[in-house]
Amino acid sequence: MSRLEIRELNHAYVSNKPILKNINIEIDEPGVIAIIGPSGTGKSTLLRCINRLIQPTDGSILFKDKDVAKIKGKSLREVRRQIGMVFQEYNLVERLSVLENVLTGRLGYMSAWSAWRRNFSDKDIKRAFELLAFVGLSDFAMQRADSLSGGQRQRVGIARALMQEPVILLADEPTSSLDPKTSVEIMELLRQLAQDKGIPTLVNIHDVNLAKRYAQRMIGMSGGQVVYDGKPDGITDTHLKSIYGGESWLQ
Amino acid sequence: MATIVDRQNPFKTSLSTKFLWLGLFVYLAYAFTTLDIGWDRFVLGLDQGGRLLDRLFPPNFTRWELLLHDLIESLQIAIIASVAGIFISLFVGLMAARNMMPNVISIPVRVFIALCRTFHPVIIAILFVKAVGFGALAGILTLTVASIGFVAKLFAEAIEEISFKQVEAIRATGAGFISTIVFGVIPQVFSRFIGFSIYQLDSNLRNSTMVGIVGAGGLGGTLFSAFQRFDYDFVTAILLAIIALILVGEALSNLVRRIFQ
Repeated sequence: MSRLEIRELNHAYVSNKPILKNINIEIDEPGVIAIIGPSGTGKSTLLRCINRLIQPTDGSILFKDKDVAKIKGKSLREVRRQIGMVFQEYNLVERLSVLENVLTGRLGYMSAWSAWRRNFSDKDIKRAFELLAFVGLSDFAMQRADSLSGGQRQRVGIARALMQEPVILLADEPTSSLDPKTSVEIMELLRQLAQDKGIPTLVNIHDVNLAKRYAQRMIGMSGGQVVYDGKPDGITDTHLKSIYGGESWLQ
Repeated sequence: MATIVDRQNPFKTSLSTKFLWLGLFVYLAYAFTTLDIGWDRFVLGLDQGGRLLDRLFPPNFTRWELLLHDLIESLQIAIIASVAGIFISLFVGLMAARNMMPNVISIPVRVFIALCRTFHPVIIAILFVKAVGFGALAGILTLTVASIGFVAKLFAEAIEEISFKQVEAIRATGAGFISTIVFGVIPQVFSRFIGFSIYQLDSNLRNSTMVGIVGAGGLGGTLFSAFQRFDYDFVTAILLAIIALILVGEALSNLVRRIFQ
């Protein structure tokens, strides 16, 4: 069985206005899987259904023998802690230190009482420092998160997700708020993780060229449906036209 | 060629504004005449005020033991009520925050907060004196209720203004509800909570000298009886003691603020 299987997933925020229409995706292989498509086509909604930040209207999301769409309470939290998420606007807790932000990745494994006392295990703290070294932010551990630049914040976001020891990683427009050079660095980092640590990484991304460069599989979405699912070099201008509409932007 | 457009002056005072002002002046004139507060009455009052001032000085500290006892009681009422009120407000405020709680919880809790705010502390103090008897306990209960009314409302508003993105990120790590509050919500509101709490401590210090007037403990009771017995020099001593108390409170607030920053 695959690590993640999305079957006939539908979602509508307002009834009769579906945003996701009958999505079927299967993910097993490590590596970057890019989801491209115009704004408002449901890419973010799809990712948020996978870790149930959004409750999908119907369909199923199979993750380790469990249907994420149906579980709740403790078993939902147990699924969530195995799914790392990286956000467009980093979503760090601004007033906490960088180290504390990374350590929040362990909250799913701790009791509320331990969380309240900041009682992280020595192993977790050691690992947090290792991850900060890995993303190149060792010197910033004790700084407040809001003192970092965009690219640095996104690295903290990635370290936080890795702290969860995720089985899969979701990245919602991780480069959209960054400059081109930093974007490439972040994509570089995500690919390295996805391949070296063998974590399947679903990345929502606007930039088709960036996606082609780093992804080993691409999923094109348009109007809430999957219209392409395959190798990056299989994507043609005809596909792009059907995904984004129009053609003037291709020149 | 420019065409001439006949536009109305966009800054013309509207008719309703004019009527509002006119109405206000008419009401003020009416209120003054019916209350009989003319110049003569004011001059008469000044004369009386002069005599009072004369008898207020010099302050009389011969009953300093009573004064000190009451002062300490007022301070205790203020501090106990602040700690209790703020602690309860943490939970009440969270439950009243509409972004964290469903309506079934937040609406009743909001009604509760509104009730705590409805009555002036003096009225609440009278109720508690009748309910639990004269003394400091009634004062503590009064100021606790007043603190909840003020602090819980501000806590709830602060929580409603947080960035939910940070909360969402913590939730996505698989954290439970309480852990999400601890790491996603509290860091965002903590410094504002400290500010509100210090403000409330300050306000409770002042009010703790007042609840005694209706018998709920502290300096107020002694102040009131000194007034009634025309011991104006003792009144001055009490007022000076209250000023000292407020200054101590100020120092205390600064200390707390410095520790938390």
